[in-house]
Amino acid sequence: MGTFLEDVNERIGGVPIQSCYHCRKCTAGCPIAFAMDYNPNAIIKMIQMGKRDEVLNSSTIWLCASCETCVTRCPNNVDIARMMDVLREMAIEENVGAKEKNVLKFHEAFLSNIKVGGRINEPLMIMLYKMKSGDYFSDLGMGMSMFMKGKIKLLSPRTKDMKSVRNIFKSTGK
Amino acid sequence: MKVSYYPGCSLHATGREYDESVKAVSKALDIELNEIDDWSCCGASSAHMTNFKLSVALPARNIIAAEKDELDVMVPCAACFNRFKSAQYHLKNNDALRADIEGMVGKEYKGTVAVRNPIDIIYNDIGVEKLSEIVAKKLEGLKPVSYYGCLLLRPPEVCEFDDYENPVTMDKIMTSLGAESRKWSCKTDCCGGSLTLGKTEIVRRLIDRLMTMAREAGANCIVTACPVCFANLDTRASEDVVLPSFYFTELIALALGLKGSDAWFKMHNVDPRPLLTSLGLI
Repeated sequence: MGTFLEDVNERIGGVPIQSCYHCRKCTAGCPIAFAMDYNPNAIIKMIQMGKRDEVLNSSTIWLCASCETCVTRCPNNVDIARMMDVLREMAIEENVGAKEKNVLKFHEAFLSNIKVGGRINEPLMIMLYKMKSGDYFSDLGMGMSMFMKGKIKLLSPRTKDMKSVRNIFKSTGK
Repeated sequence: MKVSYYPGCSLHATGREYDESVKAVSKALDIELNEIDDWSCCGASSAHMTNFKLSVALPARNIIAAEKDELDVMVPCAACFNRFKSAQYHLKNNDALRADIEGMVGKEYKGTVAVRNPIDIIYNDIGVEKLSEIVAKKLEGLKPVSYYGCLLLRPPEVCEFDDYENPVTMDKIMTSLGAESRKWSCKTDCCGGSLTLGKTEIVRRLIDRLMTMAREAGANCIVTACPVCFANLDTRASEDVVLPSFYFTELIALALGLKGSDAWFKMHNVDPRPLLTSLGLI
């Protein structure tokens, strides 16, 4: 294990993030920056300064919606969106938890639902998310309305070869 | 023409109108859809946001299954499209990763099939001239803004689709149907995507801005090609700015006079039928 910067760069496997010269095009185009605790380009600087705890415990890394606007516009081809993916992965591996708890709970509910049937069963996945997050009542009316309109079915076809799906999860599991 | 078809999880659930309208339009345009055998979820945002290898392996399983038919793969959902294209991009450029994934799935990855979204197939393989020739009812009075969202276009070297700052393919399809495509600057702005459950307020803010800008552009509806964007547009807009939203294939079906569109409009959260009725389109 090298420095925080070296670890992040190795995982990204592309242009080293210190190529950033803080033109702030990423932050300017980021649709979520208004809600973040640290701007995307600030996260790059913090990684260079070795501020592992602050970065992995930030809201920023969980709020990034992976819209890829930053990546597309960066004049130095720094893959900021991939950097956010890497930081999320590191936060999970190091068990620091997520500052935005519900965002991680959503991902966990989503992925565990795939493990069950190979495909997302939306009502089941949303129920799982609600149980994890304790947020039972939002969108209840809308959910009922969608169900009545036949948009969401309680039963949906599953992937038959679940062995291969589970094998993928097992081989990539940490 | 014949293509392999990957509907993905949303199109079998909250994106039902998209699945059904894609199928109806494909039939009318003589595009035969062969659903990929025993497909599984592409992993969407949740896989790549938490586990890189998983995010490549899940789409790879489906691409490998499609390779035996040697046909282009039509992927309507923008998230699935982006994940498939990303998986192909990484597998092409990283031999070690490819070997790893092949070991997991138990089959060879050849990298021979093209993954395409339906806007691309309809625009490039069918063409807007052909579309306007077979329009049964011109969508006059309909003033859509075309909302492409993020994942169909970015990163451009992965998606290999339309211009990533000012795409025009969906706009041109709308124009060919007789609708008045309105110009606006938010074609590729993010809707907030998968934050819709975990951070609903962020999505509301982004959607309200889109609705406001659409109105400013003189639009009376928004047309899109992504089930997550559609769900957010359809369910998260504030009452004072909301406009009805459509999947682009719903509007093609309407213009071609195909059966079934009324059933899809009934499923929308924001009922588009008052608008369509007022314009004499239904």
